[in-house]
Amino acid sequence: MKSDGNLEAVLKAGHFAITGELGPPRGTNVEAVRKKAQYLKGMVDAVNITDNQTAVVRMSSWGASLLAMQEGLEPNYQMVCRDRNRLAMQSDILGACAHGISNMLCLSGDHQKFGDHPKAKGVFDIDSIQLICMVKKMRDEGKFLSEEKIDVPPRIFIGAAANPFGEPLEWRVHRLAKKVAAGADFIQTQCIYNMKTFRQWIDQANDMGLTEKVYVLAGVTPFKSLGMARYMKNNVPGMDVPDHLIKRLQGVEKEKVASEGIKIACEQIEEFKEMKGVAGVHLMAIEWEHKVPEIVEQAKLLPRPKLSRSGPHKEA
Amino acid sequence: MIVAEKKPLVEIAEMVKPYKKVLNIGCGGCTSICLAGGQKEVAELTRELTREFGNRGAEIQIHELTIERQCNAGFFDILDGMVADYDALLSMACGAGVQFVADRYQSKPVFPALNTSFVGFDKDVGWFEENCRTCGDCVLGETAGICPVTRCAKSLFNGPCGGTRSDGSCEVDTDTRCAWYEIHQRLKSQNRLDLIMKVRPAREWVNQMRRSLIQEPYKDRYAK
Repeated sequence: MKSDGNLEAVLKAGHFAITGELGPPRGTNVEAVRKKAQYLKGMVDAVNITDNQTAVVRMSSWGASLLAMQEGLEPNYQMVCRDRNRLAMQSDILGACAHGISNMLCLSGDHQKFGDHPKAKGVFDIDSIQLICMVKKMRDEGKFLSEEKIDVPPRIFIGAAANPFGEPLEWRVHRLAKKVAAGADFIQTQCIYNMKTFRQWIDQANDMGLTEKVYVLAGVTPFKSLGMARYMKNNVPGMDVPDHLIKRLQGVEKEKVASEGIKIACEQIEEFKEMKGVAGVHLMAIEWEHKVPEIVEQAKLLPRPKLSRSGPHKEA
Repeated sequence: MIVAEKKPLVEIAEMVKPYKKVLNIGCGGCTSICLAGGQKEVAELTRELTREFGNRGAEIQIHELTIERQCNAGFFDILDGMVADYDALLSMACGAGVQFVADRYQSKPVFPALNTSFVGFDKDVGWFEENCRTCGDCVLGETAGICPVTRCAKSLFNGPCGGTRSDGSCEVDTDTRCAWYEIHQRLKSQNRLDLIMKVRPAREWVNQMRRSLIQEPYKDRYAK
């Protein structure tokens, strides 16, 4: 085991894993974190704690991760390259691990232009792949990027993101290959709606032997409304929402759109369970955490196994 | 070439308004070529400032002179003989030129009339585009002559982020091409994709402190 966490143990044991997502509040609203955490508890194997997502200032990922742990959740600590240089990143990783955080997700980060401080100086000292390399070096070699020795190296399960739908499409599997070569242990993909394109990507990954080296969790975001589906289709770069899904949502009564969205997500999850190379799903119910129990239940993913040797899931 | 643009007239006027006699100095180098600080632009700004202060009823004299380059002592002879007559100097050079002038005439207040924008090339007459961040460790040989430091909004070294749009534009701006999309297309056409398949490790940034450079043949000459 590379970490002491539950997520790694669940994946290693061959269970179909599920991870969730929790966006920290724009302030010190501890209760908001606890409330969201309660919806997710027992429903997911680990929960991503986002890091200033969409480049908007929020409670720090590690801060909210500690709160999630207090609520009995295992955090997947997200870190973006936009806000920190290599010194800050390495020290935050040590601090996070010292507090028992056992997973992290290495990301480039949304550009600051999209957030609430659009003229901030973007750091991007290293990129997401170089971040993966750095964490792996810290863990496996016990060395900082500078080659200096670490006094008790961090134990961490290293995650990375992948977008099978961004252009150039043919390059995307190679970008995955680079993340695997850099040292990613698991991958969480962008929200998947175009199953055909995703299948082609995972087939390529299977053919290249990548899925034997890395656990791929397929990204699922249920549509809450027709407006959200249209927004995802037209306004989110690198997102591929096929017309037939929009039509399907249009075909149901307005008050039934949300449950149709959940139905679509569950159908996808059923497909992923059977898909070679897919080790689980990453459920991003954006500002819809209270619906997670219903979705996970409907997708027949309960009960969740609890396997970690230490940390919040430790059995009494 | 270094590309610059003129500051707003009001900002320039605010800087020089406490002085009675101001010399507006043009530069025949880069800022002349990019149509921001050469003879023509110097004359124009001098006219604008004179009119502005005239409207305000302020008695400020603005004179002008354009020298060949403001970043080399060899071009300052005429200026050396003139500055004593002025209370302040306005420079229409890039940031380097402004500092050269300020270092040379340390008793005089020196003000920039331009904002130095970037190192770039001409897209068309009067239209320039940034292409180099002078990072000091060029990777263009491996990226099909397309700079990821400058042209990728996140300066990524290992391929495109997840935000490339379906038309190959950058998520940050639909008018900007995704640098990595372009790098991929060009290397593919040259059958050189292997160059970007391997992980490029974290770089050592060399542009974080002021740099000084002596070309190889001159190393002995300046040896301490």
